[in-house]
Amino acid sequence: MSTIKPHQPVPGTTIFDGEQARKGYALNKMCYSFNEAANRAAFLANEDSYCERYGLNAEQREAIRNRNVLQLIAAGGNAYYLAKFAGIFRLDMQDIGAQQTGLTKDEFKAKLLAARGE
Amino acid sequence: MAKIVGTVSTSHIPAIGGAIHKGLQNDPYWKPFFDGFPPVRDWLATVRPDVVIVAYNDHGLNFFLDKMPTFAVGAAAEYSNADEGWGIPVLPPFQGDQALSWHLIESLVGEDFDLVTCQEMVVDHALTLPMALLWPEQNWPVRVIPVVVNTVQAPLPSAARCYKLGQAIGRAVASWPGDERVVVLGTGGLSHQLDGERAGFINKDFDLKFIDSLTANPAWATQYSTLELVELAGTQGVELLNWLVARGTLPEKARQVHVNYHIPISNTASGLLVLEPEG
Ligand SMILES: [Fe+2]
Repeated sequence: MSTIKPHQPVPGTTIFDGEQARKGYALNKMCYSFNEAANRAAFLANEDSYCERYGLNAEQREAIRNRNVLQLIAAGGNAYYLAKFAGIFRLDMQDIGAQQTGLTKDEFKAKLLAARGE
Repeated sequence: MAKIVGTVSTSHIPAIGGAIHKGLQNDPYWKPFFDGFPPVRDWLATVRPDVVIVAYNDHGLNFFLDKMPTFAVGAAAEYSNADEGWGIPVLPPFQGDQALSWHLIESLVGEDFDLVTCQEMVVDHALTLPMALLWPEQNWPVRVIPVVVNTVQAPLPSAARCYKLGQAIGRAVASWPGDERVVVLGTGGLSHQLDGERAGFINKDFDLKFIDSLTANPAWATQYSTLELVELAGTQGVELLNWLVARGTLPEKARQVHVNYHIPISNTASGLLVLEPEG
């Protein structure tokens, strides 16, 4: 008998629950540090040593190296913290949406507009 | 007695901060969004609030995942904004209302809401941007009390619990002997999802039903689990929990003063709703 809830039941969606929060703690903690300009600069100056300081595992380090949002989520990243990482590279939410959905930015914007249903 | 004179619920998309900073209010992309707010400001001029209670979620500015309260109430003399990492301008600080904050805390804990209390807290775009939409001069003619709801890390508080928190805030304000006029501001949503292969998800049909429900059938959304709300409104659309807190502070009967809805602002369906207590 299990009391574990059905895992990740919404397609294309990773619910950020306790399991993800545990897995992603170091990664999200690093992203949280990017609230401060000095930390953003330190990351850009030496990415390897900055990631090492936060104890990222190999999967997280690779996802950061690839600037790949789906990999970052799989490695436990939370959208609100990953946004601070994306901000370092001046990526906006349509850049990030396009990357995750395999669309061009214009195609992704068209998808948003289509939600008007007019 | 203190009185809740109405509620305002609005989206709090970070890009709004950039648009305000660049003066893009009349830009064709932004105009349908910003045009929603002059009627709200006219309404504020008539209801003249002294205090704004703001129900919102922190996005990793004040709270990190090391300590993640389900509900937190501010009890500071002043609340500052700070750098959130992506370069939207930092807005001026907000004056708190410590006496009313502690009354809220006493009253809510007295009703079994086990809160975290914060004598120091920084407030993020989810509080600052709606305030800047209501008072574009950013001179804040009101005192502010933050009420922070966890919409970041599951398990989230249920829609029913958020609505009940609002009801308890309503009772707390009504039992305060001062003569303050209070507006409750609920921020976030409406449907959007930033993360995953489902990024870009927007659900106009659900949003319009939700907005509509808040006037005459305010508990409608409490039929859904938070997981169902993610499915219906997206992973960040679940921020509509903050709207339910705000709505709960009004009596069952409320009157719609103003509404606006626009797709898209950034990746989000933006919503705006002003309600007044009926009678
Ligand atoms: Fe948000």
